[in-house]
Amino acid sequence: MDNKQLEDFIKSIDQDLEVRIGKQFTEVIVPPAKLYSLARQLRENEEAQFDFMFNLSGVDYGHDLGVVYHLRSTVHNHSIVLKTRTSDRENPQIDSLAGIWETANLHEREVYDLLGIRFTNHPDLRRLFLDSSWGFPLRKDYVDDINIVTK
Amino acid sequence: MEEKVEIIATDEKQEFIVNMGPQHPSTHGVLRLVVSLQGETVKNIQPHIGYIHRGIEKMCESITYPQIIHLTDRMDYLSAHQNNESVCLLVEKALEVDIPDRIKVIRTIMSELSRLQSHQLFWATFGMDLGGQTCYFYGLRDREMILDIFEETTGGRMIVSYNCPGGLMYDIHPNFQKRVKDFIKYFRKKLPEYDTILTGNVIFRERTSGIGPLTLQDAISYGITGPSARASGLSCDVRKHEPYSAYDKVKFNEVLFSEGDTYHRYMARNDEMRQSMNTIEQLIDNIPEGPYAVKMKPVIKLPEGEYFQRVETARGELGLFVISDGNKNPYRVKFRSPNFVNLGVLNHLAKGFKIADLIAIAGSLDFVIPDMDR
Repeated sequence: MDNKQLEDFIKSIDQDLEVRIGKQFTEVIVPPAKLYSLARQLRENEEAQFDFMFNLSGVDYGHDLGVVYHLRSTVHNHSIVLKTRTSDRENPQIDSLAGIWETANLHEREVYDLLGIRFTNHPDLRRLFLDSSWGFPLRKDYVDDINIVTK
Repeated sequence: MEEKVEIIATDEKQEFIVNMGPQHPSTHGVLRLVVSLQGETVKNIQPHIGYIHRGIEKMCESITYPQIIHLTDRMDYLSAHQNNESVCLLVEKALEVDIPDRIKVIRTIMSELSRLQSHQLFWATFGMDLGGQTCYFYGLRDREMILDIFEETTGGRMIVSYNCPGGLMYDIHPNFQKRVKDFIKYFRKKLPEYDTILTGNVIFRERTSGIGPLTLQDAISYGITGPSARASGLSCDVRKHEPYSAYDKVKFNEVLFSEGDTYHRYMARNDEMRQSMNTIEQLIDNIPEGPYAVKMKPVIKLPEGEYFQRVETARGELGLFVISDGNKNPYRVKFRSPNFVNLGVLNHLAKGFKIADLIAIAGSLDFVIPDMDR
């Protein structure tokens, strides 16, 4: 499917989802509550078959914390981007997709470690690089006077 | 560092927890594996990483795009050229800069030389991990020649920083073409020796065939890329699927197997060395004339938006995801490094095999730890 067909496909799953056609990928803005069911459908639908998650990144947008998922289908060779964000900075929670794509397991641990986003139903959510005495360094409001040189 | 190692609860009495690493020669760096053993059989592996976590993604947020190159060198230091290329391609794509053919061809040759030396080092250390000390000397002897070629042109042996947004740091050295051709002539003779000493060795075959098989479905689900995935039959070569630089002008085969065991992961890299040499031979006599760099603005600012660029490093797909807010520093940089993703499959592969097989399996995934930690 090309980007336009993907847009129609997403609309046929859920009319309310916001779809943008970006420079490279079709981007779907999905609220955290709908993320898991949409991801499941994208993985299992015969026409879509997004079986390969090639990137997962956590982003601090200032007010919101978000996660960006890059998916590809090894069968149909098309790609899509899912974006979800939450405005809760104290206790951000997003559903884990590790049950759908195994590779999400390590990626989500990394995002939890560096941005503090908790992934519900993750099989093994522990810090990855840093120990628990650290804050969440990839957040924009993270301050470390000793180790970070700011200009 | 205070850290609790969570021991997997088990009903079976005779389970040992063995700490392999971080200072263990076969982990090729500072990777720590907490291995649960029953007798000699691996029950579970918990990888612990982060010993050389430098926060490269955080650092990128406070530096400019041309400066990022000097950090990407230090991620996967055996694929420094390809790592640099990912940043350059992304910046050039965002600014819609046309790159002359000369630059594209030189970048491709450099990337393939880099892949070749990486696979040589893999061959050398993989042989040594499995008890073949001679392999190490053979591999490093030949790799040294590529590093000398790098040194002559770029000034660096491993940390090369040769690509920069808009082209190359400097033109190639006058000796470059001759030395590359000499090297390929030499290495074509030496490569059969590699097969004689290791590939055909009965002990080596016994220790690798059928060990740690990875099915195609698992390779896809775990997001494995590079030679490790191609050994399981997953066609994932970025050079074929999304050709960049001069890869659309050269003919080479994507090395694919279907077995997916340790032996075929080894063979995939072994055959890629031949493919790399073919690629270089097609280009080395046909480097077009032209400038080695395009003039870029002194301060590079990407238009607001999100960008993604993939390149094929020696270990798999490196994805570079950049969010720009229009300033000279990126807002967010994420490196999807192949080693980090490939680490996720280690437990799945080694479970049920002996601890000696764990060395073979981990070796065949060809980890470079700084790329995992970033």
